[in-house]
Amino acid sequence: MKLLPDFLSPTTLFSIRGGVHPETRKFLTAERAIETMPIPSLIRVPLRQHVGAGAEPVVARNDHVRKGQLIGRARGAVSANVHAPTSGRVIAVGHFTAPHPSGLPVPTITIRPDGKDEWGPRLARIHPETASGSEIAARVAEAGIVGMGGATFPAAVKLNLGRKYDLDTLILNAAECEPYLTCDDRLIREYAAEITDGAGIMAKALGVKRVIVAIEANKPEAAAALQRHNLGLGHKIQVKVVPTQYPMGSEKHLVKAVTGLETPARALTAELGVVVHNAATAHAVHLAVRYGEPLLSRVVTVSGRAVARQANLRVLIGTPVTDLLQHCGGLATAPERILLGGPMMGQPIDNLRVPVVKGTNGVLALTRAEARKTDVMPCIRCGSCVQACPCGLTPFEMNSRIQTEDLEGAVDIGLMDCVACGCCSYTCPSNIPLVQGFNYAKGKLAEKQSRKHQQDETKRLAAARTAREAAIAEAKRAAMARRKAEMAEKKKRAAAAKAAKTPAKAPAKTPEKAETQAASDPTAAPTPSQARRQEAQP
Amino acid sequence: MLTAALSMSALGAGLGVILGVAARRFHVETPPIVDEIEQVLPGTNCGQCGFAGCRGAAEALADGTAPVTLCPPGGRDLAVDLAQITGADGADAALDGMAEAEPLVAFIFEDHCTGCTKCFKRCPTDAIVGAAKQIHTVVMDACIGCDACVEICPTEAIILRGKPRTLNNWYWDKPQLDPDAPTGPDGMEQAA
Repeated sequence: MKLLPDFLSPTTLFSIRGGVHPETRKFLTAERAIETMPIPSLIRVPLRQHVGAGAEPVVARNDHVRKGQLIGRARGAVSANVHAPTSGRVIAVGHFTAPHPSGLPVPTITIRPDGKDEWGPRLARIHPETASGSEIAARVAEAGIVGMGGATFPAAVKLNLGRKYDLDTLILNAAECEPYLTCDDRLIREYAAEITDGAGIMAKALGVKRVIVAIEANKPEAAAALQRHNLGLGHKIQVKVVPTQYPMGSEKHLVKAVTGLETPARALTAELGVVVHNAATAHAVHLAVRYGEPLLSRVVTVSGRAVARQANLRVLIGTPVTDLLQHCGGLATAPERILLGGPMMGQPIDNLRVPVVKGTNGVLALTRAEARKTDVMPCIRCGSCVQACPCGLTPFEMNSRIQTEDLEGAVDIGLMDCVACGCCSYTCPSNIPLVQGFNYAKGKLAEKQSRKHQQDETKRLAAARTAREAAIAEAKRAAMARRKAEMAEKKKRAAAAKAAKTPAKAPAKTPEKAETQAASDPTAAPTPSQARRQEAQP
Repeated sequence: MLTAALSMSALGAGLGVILGVAARRFHVETPPIVDEIEQVLPGTNCGQCGFAGCRGAAEALADGTAPVTLCPPGGRDLAVDLAQITGADGADAALDGMAEAEPLVAFIFEDHCTGCTKCFKRCPTDAIVGAAKQIHTVVMDACIGCDACVEICPTEAIILRGKPRTLNNWYWDKPQLDPDAPTGPDGMEQAA
């Protein structure tokens, strides 16, 4: 018998292993309502803002685009559409620096907004109450929605998992365990009804009965807002308050905390019947299905003590990061580091003109005091990283193997199960960049694998070429043989004809004589085969 | 006609039988290690090692007449694999000296290309596309950087260069720790 509602009952939660408790510093922005940023003077929309293949541009330079118009079409099974965030003129379809630590270029469409913010035709209206699951998923795909927690996996692909797996639960991830970030917190507080509606629509698409919103205990207002609006499309939405612990928002760890089920290594949570979507994704799904609005903007937390005024902003996709900082009064002090995302897993950027993309949940300008020290000291085998690792790995041992380039050895002890949460680096008393080493090793291994794959493919190409050349040579030889046979045949026939003719024309001449004559004077009366040979000579 | 056909067939059959018998009779067992080595070699017969194709190189490796570092396109990774297969002694010294081979791909300066088609006829993996009097280009994913096209190009329009990094294949550099810091258990340190 239950004495308490589910969300309060401690028995319905399960602990996760390891993790860390960094200072959350969410107070900087938690009470700042979402402001809508004005339309920037230039918008750069990368065609690849998601996991998978980049979108294919469908507009050209000097085209006029309207708000919500498709400008990049998804290519392949795992990809996402890209839309014009506002109306304006396309001034370039080219490359621009990606919002990525490498600073490498990515195909980008640059739009100069005309300031009218004119809507193009919206997506056709569908009624989630009567629509089928695949119709909803198709709409989500059309709207270009990707996982907005930062992973940017195309949401429609995850909504179609119901066809392959037997699903029973949708978990809405509102943990927001990264320090500083409050964009999901604010979104839930201000749009709880819309988010639960979106969750209901997603539950309908997945065909699941149970919908749980998992939210960390440090967001009581958001949890209360969800409690007030706990019905989404007829689904009763259960709110579970999970402890504040990093990395609670990691998909597999959240599933463990909420359901007690542990996802097998390198498997999907769908195998347990559970699908996890971000709360902001649910909001985007609500807008796409109810109002036919593609994903054009997102909420971004601008924080860190180097920013003059911390804020939560609703920003058009493609707005340059520097515009966000300017809107927040610029930088108060010179930042030690500027990150996209949270401080634990966010990526440092050098070029501040890079655009905000679908997965950008935060822009952090950290002062020297906030950023971590970098003086690395020797590993003292304290085991802090082992205790902190939420995946039950031994980071110090993996690191030592990676340092000696024994990457296979690192894989043997679970490198591929690392989720790169950064707990080990955070907790290391010697400031060893552990997770950075793991990221390097994973990249290197992926490259090795792709090189191996490429080698197999080039081997195949070389074999195909050899086979083709052999076939051509064989065909040539056959043609030559055929021609030789033909020539011999003609020669024989001509000789026979001559032999038959000669006695009739000049009976005095013996056949032997005629033959010698023909042989001695070939130019005078060339046989057909000889003529042919002459022709063949260039 | 008939006699010719018959005699030719008889000749063919007779020679075939002789060849077949000879193949059985004088069969030389290739050591299985040759096949194993050939498996890991790039298999494009580019000839940079100086042997007659990858098979020739595999045989030389099996004999021990060629060093494991013979294959430039394979780079260090291949040399390590080969050393493991052949159990080569003293290969470590050569391996240490061998730089981590950066994969090279051909690049055509289009201004200099005359469309002579020589390079794409030579390319062992059909990685160059083009037609007569048309600018050629390189399919980077299929290029093995074997140098054949660079040598044949009459206008020196082709160079080999590092494969450009893209968002797909970029990864973080290895973090540099203090070289004095003991980074591994004792065994690992000695191995390094």
